[in-house]
Amino acid sequence: MTSENHITDMHLDVLKEIGNIGAAHAATSLSELLDRKIDMHVPNVKLVSFDEMFDLAGGAEAIVAGIFLRIEGDLSGSMFFVLSLESANHFIRRLIGDETFDFGASTLPDIGVSAMQELGNILSGSYLSALSDFTGLKIYPTVPSLSVDMVGAIVSFGLIEVSHFSDEVIVIDTQIREEGETGSTSIDGHFFLLPDPSSYITIFKSLGVM
Amino acid sequence: MMVLKEVVRVGIADMNVVKAPMTIRTSGLGSCVGVILYDETKKIAGLLHIMLPDSTLGKSSQLNAAKFADTGIYALMEMLKVEGVRPMSLKAKIAGGAQMFQFGSSDTIRIGPRNVEAVKEELKRLSIPILAEDTGGSSGRTIEFDPVTAILSVRTVNQGTKEL
Repeated sequence: MTSENHITDMHLDVLKEIGNIGAAHAATSLSELLDRKIDMHVPNVKLVSFDEMFDLAGGAEAIVAGIFLRIEGDLSGSMFFVLSLESANHFIRRLIGDETFDFGASTLPDIGVSAMQELGNILSGSYLSALSDFTGLKIYPTVPSLSVDMVGAIVSFGLIEVSHFSDEVIVIDTQIREEGETGSTSIDGHFFLLPDPSSYITIFKSLGVM
Repeated sequence: MMVLKEVVRVGIADMNVVKAPMTIRTSGLGSCVGVILYDETKKIAGLLHIMLPDSTLGKSSQLNAAKFADTGIYALMEMLKVEGVRPMSLKAKIAGGAQMFQFGSSDTIRIGPRNVEAVKEELKRLSIPILAEDTGGSSGRTIEFDPVTAILSVRTVNQGTKEL
C-alpha cells in the first residue's frame, strides 16, 4: 500500500486514538511545566489537500512559531507544534520570566529560542513515547528545530516526503489549549502528526487492524 | 468609478493564468518555487507553485503536472498559448527555494536549491529568459505579480516587501 486509497473509517479511528494518547501525555507535560490546567481537544484526523493543511494551521500566510521534527525508526513522518506568535510570546514570557520577549523581533534572544526548542522537545517527546508504548514500535524523533515564519513555508517542508506519493495528506491534528484567567491570553496551539504514506501499514499492523 | 483589483490566488502544486487588471498571487513559499511567465505586451501572466524538481520523483499513478518543475513550466506555457500568447514572447520571474530547516534526509534539506536549479534548467530548455529572481535564503515568501507593470512583489516576514 503506497497511497491513502485504502484507508477506511476504522483506520482513521485508530489514528485518532493514537493522537488522543500522544496528546494526552503532551498535555500533562505542559500543565506540569506551566502549573496550569491544559485542555486537549479530541484530535481531528482527516485526509486533506496540502492547501487545506495550511488552512488548519491558520492559512498559508499566517505567521507562526513552528517547531518541526522528523520521526524515524519503525515509523517515519513529520511532526509540527505550531503556535500563533501571540501564544508563543505568552508561553515563553512566562517560562523565562521576561515580559519583553517577542518572537516578532528581528533578532531573537537565544534564551527564548532555546526555551521554545525545549518546549518542542518535551512535548514531542511525551507525545511520541506514548505512541511508542501504545504501538510497540521504535520511534526516534530528531532534535526539534524552530522557525518563525509563514505557515505555508514551514509546513510545506513536512509535506515534501508525502508529495512524492500523493497530493493529499493524513493529518492527525490535536488542538491544545490553556484556558487563561478571565480576560487573559490563552495558549492555543496545534500538534500536527503527518505519517509518511509508507508508515500507515506499519501503524495498522502493529495494532492488529490490517 | 472605483475599479476593484481582483487577485487570483494559486495554491501549492497548482497554477493559473490572469489578464490585466487582475493580479496573481501565491502565499507561503518555503522550499517551493513560484514561477511567473508573462507577456508584457498582451498583459497576460501565469503563476506556477512547484514543490519538487523532477516528475520522475513522483510515485503516484496520477501526475499533477503543476507539482514538478519539469512538467509544470511546460503545462503553464500551454495554458498561456490557449490565451493567445506566443511562447517566444514569454519572460519569467521566479522566487522561493528557501532552506527552511537544516535537517531531515539530505534530499529533503536540499529541496529548495534543487527546485531552483530545475526551474532554471527548464526555462533555459524552453528559451524563456529570467528577468528577475529572489531565491534561496531561509525565509518564507508571499509573491504577487501585476501583468500591467510586470512587477513581482515579494514579501517576507523580516524584510518586508520588495519589488522585482
